[in-house]
Amino acid sequence: MFTNIDTFLPYILGGLTTTVQAFLFGAVLAYSIAIVAGLARTSRLAIVRGVATVFVELFRGTSLLVQMFFFAFAFPALMPFTMSTFIAGGLALGLNYGAYASEVVRGAVLAVPKGQKEAAISLNMSKFQTMRRVVLPQAFRLMLPGLGNNAIELLKGTSLVYFISLADMTFNANILRSSNTSLVSQVEIYTYLLLVYFVLALPLVFLTRWLEKRASKGVSTA
Amino acid sequence: MTWDWAFAFEIFPRILQGVGVTIGATFSAFAISLTLGLVLTLLRRSSFKPLSLTIAGIIEFIRVTPPLVQLFFVYFAFDMGPFLTGAIVLGVHYSTYVSEVYRSGINSVPKSQWEASRALNFSPVQTWRKVVLPQAIPPIIPMLGNYLIILFKETPLLMGIYVTEMMMIARSIGAETYRFLEPITIVGFIFLVLSYPCALFIRYLERKSGQIPGSAEKGVKA
Repeated sequence: MFTNIDTFLPYILGGLTTTVQAFLFGAVLAYSIAIVAGLARTSRLAIVRGVATVFVELFRGTSLLVQMFFFAFAFPALMPFTMSTFIAGGLALGLNYGAYASEVVRGAVLAVPKGQKEAAISLNMSKFQTMRRVVLPQAFRLMLPGLGNNAIELLKGTSLVYFISLADMTFNANILRSSNTSLVSQVEIYTYLLLVYFVLALPLVFLTRWLEKRASKGVSTA
Repeated sequence: MTWDWAFAFEIFPRILQGVGVTIGATFSAFAISLTLGLVLTLLRRSSFKPLSLTIAGIIEFIRVTPPLVQLFFVYFAFDMGPFLTGAIVLGVHYSTYVSEVYRSGINSVPKSQWEASRALNFSPVQTWRKVVLPQAIPPIIPMLGNYLIILFKETPLLMGIYVTEMMMIARSIGAETYRFLEPITIVGFIFLVLSYPCALFIRYLERKSGQIPGSAEKGVKA
């Protein structure tokens, strides 16, 4: 057992680039969406709030895999242009996790005490100034641990691009498995795959822990 | 290609046949994660350090590796049916999240309650059964409900190991007819219709009971 590491592991790692690319594409999109949608949901304008709520509920209410299939197979049929499966997978990841992360952003903005806003108003700050100088710096600290957790979830989510035939690590492992069908090699292949994902996630785990610790340190919560 | 109502109505009953499997898998997995989650929480609190550290390590490993890969691993390593494999793997995966929820519930029971049971000469089993758990569980019911909904939306993963749930049926319809738009949209619609009312109900419960401290930071998808 575990004797084929020199052939199996490099083959699985051949999909590392795709996994990391999907993760980065998804993360950039997700966090951009999270900030915009999260702030839009705290807006005073009912239309802005409504649009953001519909978007968030739609993407949280349907499953990630369903969205991925939609963007990969159904969406191109509707649109006049074609879209690569990589873009489709990244879009699904970004929109889905963006919707979840926007809740973290919204929660953090709402968690900033009301007195802070009132103080900003009494100092004659404009709305923009209040947001930029008072609310966001405090909310940002609160949302970091949640966003870190979200990144871990996103990394796990990238394995779903296997279903739309992107050659990520999971996809490569399944190709290996179909040509090495003995029980021992199958267990070996998926053990390596799990370990690689674990090693990829570890930095994110430590980063999140650190952010959690930092978020609760040295700040008065009164 | 445009939306074809006649086709949609034709395939709707066929997709609906898969909803039973989806819901069955959801509840089986949830039952496993509720039970195992409590066991993990209790083991992790053990004063025997090697045990609690091992459990913490196992929880971390299961939590940060993709459920899809875990599905493949168990499916190919053990000779179990696809449905059973799916329920067990999703159940075990989410038990690590659920154990975090239990932990926050247990931590929110005041220390004086422990001291009082000690003063009354309760055995550890009595303390847990009659004092701690009855106070720890009710406040976390909304969060557990959240995980039920998340679990429900994770079930499309089971098509990876050939469980005939809704998404699997939708994909085979797409492969037969070369029309993906209608089947995938219908699956998304069914997910939304089933999960959104439950989510609203849980938010209502949350508002009624009030958030417990520290509950927001862990539940990313809460």
